[in-house]
Amino acid sequence: MTDKKEQITELEEVVIRFSGDSGDGMQLTGTLFSDTSALLGNDLATFPDYPAEIRAPQGTVGGVSGFQVHFGHSQVNTPGDYADVLVAMNPAALKANVKWAKHGGTIIIDIDSFTEKNLEKAGCVTDPLNQLGFRDFNIVRAPITTLTKESLKGLNLDTKSILRSKNMFALGMVYWLFHRPLEFTTKFFEDKFKKIPIIIEANKIVLKAGYFYAETIEALHPSYSVKPAQIEKGTYRNINGNTATAWGLLAAAEKSGLNLFLGSYPITPASEILQELSKRKDLGVKTFQAEDEIAGICTAIGASFGGQLAVTTTSGPGLSLKSEAIGLAVITELPLVIVNVQRGGPSTGLPTKTEQSDLLQALYGRHGESPLVVIAASSPSDCFHYAFQAAKIALEHMTPVILLTDGFLANGSEPWKLPKMEDLPKINPPLVEAGTVDYQPYQRLNESMVRGWAIPGTKGLEHRIGGLEKMAVTGAVSYVPENHQVMTIEREQKIDRVVDVVPDLEIMGDQDSGLLMIGWGGTYGHLYTAYRELKKEGYNFSFAHFNYIKPLPKNTHDILSGFKKLLVCEINLGQFANYLRMKYQDLEFMQYNKIQGLPFTVIELKEKIISLLEEQ
Amino acid sequence: MRNNNMAEDCIYTAKDFKSDQEVRWCAGCGDHAVLNAVHKVMAEQGFPKENYALVSGIGCSSRFPYYMNTYAFHGIHGRAAAIASGLKVANPDLHVWVVTGDGDSLAIGGNHFIHVVRRNIDLNVILLNNQIYGLTKGQYSPTSLEGQITKTSPYGTIESPFHPGELVIGAQGKFFARSLDNNVKLTIEILHEAANHKGTSIVEVLQNCVIYNDKAYAAITDKETRADRQLFLKHGKPMIFGKDNDKGIVLDGLRLKVVKLGENGINEKDILVHDAHQPNPILHLMLVNMNYPEFPVALGVIRAVKATTYDVKLEDQIEKVKAGSKIHTMNDLLYSGNVWSV
Repeated sequence: MTDKKEQITELEEVVIRFSGDSGDGMQLTGTLFSDTSALLGNDLATFPDYPAEIRAPQGTVGGVSGFQVHFGHSQVNTPGDYADVLVAMNPAALKANVKWAKHGGTIIIDIDSFTEKNLEKAGCVTDPLNQLGFRDFNIVRAPITTLTKESLKGLNLDTKSILRSKNMFALGMVYWLFHRPLEFTTKFFEDKFKKIPIIIEANKIVLKAGYFYAETIEALHPSYSVKPAQIEKGTYRNINGNTATAWGLLAAAEKSGLNLFLGSYPITPASEILQELSKRKDLGVKTFQAEDEIAGICTAIGASFGGQLAVTTTSGPGLSLKSEAIGLAVITELPLVIVNVQRGGPSTGLPTKTEQSDLLQALYGRHGESPLVVIAASSPSDCFHYAFQAAKIALEHMTPVILLTDGFLANGSEPWKLPKMEDLPKINPPLVEAGTVDYQPYQRLNESMVRGWAIPGTKGLEHRIGGLEKMAVTGAVSYVPENHQVMTIEREQKIDRVVDVVPDLEIMGDQDSGLLMIGWGGTYGHLYTAYRELKKEGYNFSFAHFNYIKPLPKNTHDILSGFKKLLVCEINLGQFANYLRMKYQDLEFMQYNKIQGLPFTVIELKEKIISLLEEQ
Repeated sequence: MRNNNMAEDCIYTAKDFKSDQEVRWCAGCGDHAVLNAVHKVMAEQGFPKENYALVSGIGCSSRFPYYMNTYAFHGIHGRAAAIASGLKVANPDLHVWVVTGDGDSLAIGGNHFIHVVRRNIDLNVILLNNQIYGLTKGQYSPTSLEGQITKTSPYGTIESPFHPGELVIGAQGKFFARSLDNNVKLTIEILHEAANHKGTSIVEVLQNCVIYNDKAYAAITDKETRADRQLFLKHGKPMIFGKDNDKGIVLDGLRLKVVKLGENGINEKDILVHDAHQPNPILHLMLVNMNYPEFPVALGVIRAVKATTYDVKLEDQIEKVKAGSKIHTMNDLLYSGNVWSV
């Protein structure tokens, strides 16, 4: 055995991709590795890549589940483009993921799974390991299945349980490779399997077996180390976008003094928000799993009429179903948060993949003139902030707000510096007090044009609202032609005035660099990483990212008009670019689009920017 | 502010529940009588006026909210049950009423209708069944009779109609009652029972649309013959009907049968006694499906079975979870579990 200490190589950042059959436990393996790295002080970002089928036929490419983690000594904003280390538990996993492995990188495979039968299931005509392309990689052919069985021989465990723990063998190998301690993971086993000591024991044995195996064989590069990142002082936790969204809503409920009501219907990739909030009865949350998407939003509208912070959560197809009811919330001017976790569309599309293609639906996907506020989160952890903001704006401006996240943010996770509740702003909805004389439901109260919110149960404020056009001020049903115009304009202006609480657009880089890269929502991590790396490499351009879509920040035109070239990058065919074109007809926008159900890669963004800069 | 138990302190008359809006239903429409009954029942129930909320969907009947001087919400087509569910769950101290129609609740809103019944949320639902689409001017509805000629069935419908009572029982409904628009006394009596019942109460009102489906119920409402064609059910009372109170309902094997008292040795003892509280729905199902000419149509409270409501179960669960949890504030949650300090 060589002296390990002397051969540790320090790395700035590393990307690892764990892949296997959807029953192989790759999500757990990746999560355990990420947690350990986060506790060691690395900055990191993760992204799971799993099939829509719960258990696609075993061993097929369709059933491959992957989990990528990017961790580093410096700032990490994306899960990484290509993997330095790819773990593939079977031929299908290798076939599906080899395109994500960095040339010259390491591929760890379970050689026991490369049987003729499995190769056939994976649709491989010849053994991919014999193909030319694989010469570029350092391939570690580990007999993972055999050694897992061997190490558990002494335990009285059934074959199924034995095979189920082979992912821990792979994890053990990767832990050795990156010089990670095992304690956090063994602690996890002890908590998770408290009631089945034999499983704790088995997992510990296999994890260590993998670790020692990696140490023993010479095929692996001597261990690497990635030092802790320079991280701001504070208390942290790993959080994914869906949990952060749920918690942002909870925080808004606490800050507004209202109960949180969620009316929702399960849909990938948004269900986790409903699941997370269902746990929070201890904070008084009422979750209502409705019979369909329409009932999800309609119960929320009822709860909003009833004086609660009302929310509905969904993904694209569900947003379509909710359109009519969103219009009802617009005309009744009730606060409502609609969270849309975007996925690949149209129709059922790509349920587990990410996309930004619901932007125009969020803005305009309703009949009639039906304005509302649209905002977008840009990282897994800032889903907390934007969910909080969505609720704050909804409550203080008496309007529905659509919060756009996406599958990438929803499932991706990163360390998050925890806020203190006392540092968050208070939320002040325009509640009408009992005893108010001559309450008029549609009387506009102030500059922001909100109407007063009178809660059923409050004496003396009995009133009727609904979907028919309202008379200005009184809210009585009105078919008066001129009144309809007045009310239509008032509803639009009310949303326009939300601009007063929208922070100014900030740009990174020089105002006069000539090229502005523009993004919105979930692409932030990739765009920012491309920007940072190119700046480091000496390229001169600027970057602006939007979270507030409607209304746009006040200074948007001022900023944009200072650049000769404007490049809008988005995961759709150009919806935000077209929106900006409509708003700013004096400006010209270029587009960079990708629509594969996948995030941008930093590499392709950099190539695009470089090509534009070289044109100049 | 939301006190449920102030009934005795609040003296109201029906007038207190009328809004200042002009009622725009057609002259002779059955909805007028139902509106008056609701005003009267709400006044007599005596809860503070601000604790009533009425929700409707779309259709003629759904214009109801504008004629109320309570909190009220005019929703969108079919969704009244869902909106009302959210309102009641959010604010369980309110007395939430729903007014809907056969198109609103049994066609476009069918899904919400069966699920609100299944969940047993404490709502009082008035289902005005005129067997036609009125507001859209005369197309057939899911309760229109097979063969009925309407604008969209010029050769007669070829669809089998829903029977609301059957649907309610199929959805595990705990309360179902039936009235007639022109029998205000019965409607008031039933609405009181519906209001007092904890859980989803469905009250079907057979309602005449004078314009598009006039005389739909004439066979059972005609003054001359109605006593023989209507059966008023009362819990604990025998199922006797007829102009001369000489007819009754008996169970004959697995089906109901109309018998004449005094004939073939039948006397009052042989007649079925109505048990609205019986959880087993078999007999209730037979009663809701009785129809003229073979049977009289059953009116009154057909089924009223006690069960814990969704809203009560939810509040109980929240209290229980709160008591057993270490998390009481957002800060508790944020800093719980796997956190680390840098």
